[in-house]
Amino acid sequence: MTPILEALDVRKTYAAHTALDGVSLAIPEQSIFGLLGPNGAGKTSLIRIITQITGADAGEIRFRGQRLSPAHIGEIGYLPEERGLYKKMKVGEQLLYLARLRGLARADAVARIKQWLARLELTPWAQKNVEDLSKGMQQKVQFIATVLHQPKLIILDEPFSGFDPINANLIKDEILELRAQGATIIFSTHRMESVEELCDSIALINKAKKVLDGPVAQIKNQFKTNTYEVEGRGELLLLHPDFEVLEQHPRENGHVYARIRLHAGATPNDLLRFLISQLEVQAFRERIPSINEIFIQRVGETMPDAVAEAAHAR
Amino acid sequence: MDKIWLIIQREYLTRVRKKSFLVVSLLAPLLLAASSLAIGKLSAGAAPDTVAVYDNSGLHLLARLVSNDDVQFVPALGPSLAAAEAAFKKAAPKQDALLYVPAGLGLDNAEGIQLLSNGNVPLKRQNLVRSAVSKALGALKMERSGLKQETIDNLQAKIDLTAINLDEQGGGRNDVDVTTSMAYVLSILVYMFIFIYGVQVMRGVSEEKSNRIMEVMISSVKPFQLMMGKILGIAGVVLTQFGLWLALSWGLTTVLVPLLLKDKPAVAVAARPATATNAAPAPTTAPGSEAAPAAADAPPVAVPRPGAPFSIWSLLSGLPIGSIIGGFLFFFLGGYLLYSAMFAAIGSAVDDQTDAQQFMFPVTIPLILSYIVSINVIINGDPNGPLAFWLSMIPFTSPIAMVMRLPFGVPLWQLLLSGALLVAGFVGVTWVAARIYRVGILMYGKKATYKELGKWMFYKG
Repeated sequence: MTPILEALDVRKTYAAHTALDGVSLAIPEQSIFGLLGPNGAGKTSLIRIITQITGADAGEIRFRGQRLSPAHIGEIGYLPEERGLYKKMKVGEQLLYLARLRGLARADAVARIKQWLARLELTPWAQKNVEDLSKGMQQKVQFIATVLHQPKLIILDEPFSGFDPINANLIKDEILELRAQGATIIFSTHRMESVEELCDSIALINKAKKVLDGPVAQIKNQFKTNTYEVEGRGELLLLHPDFEVLEQHPRENGHVYARIRLHAGATPNDLLRFLISQLEVQAFRERIPSINEIFIQRVGETMPDAVAEAAHAR
Repeated sequence: MDKIWLIIQREYLTRVRKKSFLVVSLLAPLLLAASSLAIGKLSAGAAPDTVAVYDNSGLHLLARLVSNDDVQFVPALGPSLAAAEAAFKKAAPKQDALLYVPAGLGLDNAEGIQLLSNGNVPLKRQNLVRSAVSKALGALKMERSGLKQETIDNLQAKIDLTAINLDEQGGGRNDVDVTTSMAYVLSILVYMFIFIYGVQVMRGVSEEKSNRIMEVMISSVKPFQLMMGKILGIAGVVLTQFGLWLALSWGLTTVLVPLLLKDKPAVAVAARPATATNAAPAPTTAPGSEAAPAAADAPPVAVPRPGAPFSIWSLLSGLPIGSIIGGFLFFFLGGYLLYSAMFAAIGSAVDDQTDAQQFMFPVTIPLILSYIVSINVIINGDPNGPLAFWLSMIPFTSPIAMVMRLPFGVPLWQLLLSGALLVAGFVGVTWVAARIYRVGILMYGKKATYKELGKWMFYKG
């Protein structure tokens, strides 16, 4: 199947600095695609090229195999990180205006606005000015504006910022629902937990270059280090030439926790057998790196400072 | 094209629906009507100045001082100056001033004449009295030199000067005062509206920028469409406002004001057509009252038929109305488009209103200068002189200068050339403005400088 969106060797340079240096991506149809990267990595530049706010200096973007053109504006929905609406405009009118600018016919737009407002419990606010709404409600209005024209490709830049947990869940469900209905979502964020929860595949951009991409499960596999977490009663004394204890410390009520890496050739069952001879095993699981760890590891290889900063902030 | 139309609609409707728009649209004509009414009432009730004359010279000046509509001379009461002063003070509200002519007044060198008054004497009254005294003394001197009154009368040439506009459109006769007033009114309208609505364009742009709605908009429409949509939408607001003002002012001044002034006896107007002009509820003719008697002597063109309800609109009949309205609309719109494109670029370049000041300067200076210079060159100078010509050709000054020249009559080729230059100027300025705008609207947190703006012009799309 052709990917819904392809970037081929996209380059963009602003006066002195390079924002995108030969980035290529393929985003599969009907998936949630995470676009990750530290601040200033080039995510926003890439999004602005996909949304046709700016053009690429070189390279090409293809939408379903066609070169991206203004004809595709109606197929794309965009929720920018910096939210904004006309403050003095009524909610209903504003949605109608934005939908019609995206090429939706008036009657269709009116009907869908009604549906969406009811769905996100905003119907009583339709005739109110945007400035009279709470920030969370404004965010919902903006979300509706993004998806109202039933875009095939929805780009969400930090969609959960500014939402309380309840509304964040509401929006998360809507995102999953949109995918179920056939839409593809590009999801740009720093919040790794939502990436793990939602994304089917990701791309990691750092310093204007793509450093990593692929399906989430595959990437996690790729970054596995053959490490297992063990918890049990007793004491882990012996070292075995096949295994390396990376870390071991006692827990309360006489338990012990350890992280053990398998050397080449050894299987998890070998380790388990060995452990049983030493401990009363209560937990045994493979340690799968989180996206967050992969992110920090990969970014750290090119940007040690940024990682130290991030670690410090945690 | 469809999208730009949507943008125009939004910009237009959100502004026209505002209460402030309605208030201004209704209030301005009401104020105009009210001031017409006030001037009408006041000038209708204005009696000539009364000046008491205490003549100690023995020249019997009082008999020779000619009273007219503006000033009347009456004898002062009392045997002495002090008594006359006391009597004047007593009669104060009825008498406006006391003229004291000292004893032994020399005819060749009349010194020591005083005009006493409670409070300051208005300049106009001083001039009226001065010219009356001067005429009286002149008459006296001629009499003493042995000339008969008849001869004196014969010596004085009667002068009646009427300016005739030979332009076919001019309709033959030309009332200089109406023309001048028209030039003032039209040019100040252009100046004001370009300023007010240009700033509105700028505000609108920087509001969109600080609201952070730009990114959403620009992912749907081209920056140029957004900019032109806003400028054209606001142009629609201006035209609507003009239309409302014109319709309401016309309605109020032609229907309401004459009704309210009806108690003023029509007979008096018929008997003295000259004063009809003075008393007329016409703010535009206020400075022209001195010329009115002359107009009354001549076959009345601009002056209404005696007894007919007076209207400022009838005064305009002597002017090339067609070319004034057409030219006004064209040059106003052209100027507005040119300047508002620049205002839009400023709005896009700054993060908030206060930063806009430094960029406002170079845009407002040509606007203000063209107004001030045009008044001196065109109205007070020669409306068809070389400087006036050039001012009305340069696209930055022509919207004001050309509109100011319109009532005086402008050759067609100049109108066409200036119009073409304005269109070219507008296209050029808009092209530059759009290039700055396109970059500026998405540029946050970067303090714009002129150098920066220059660079933005050459950014690739």
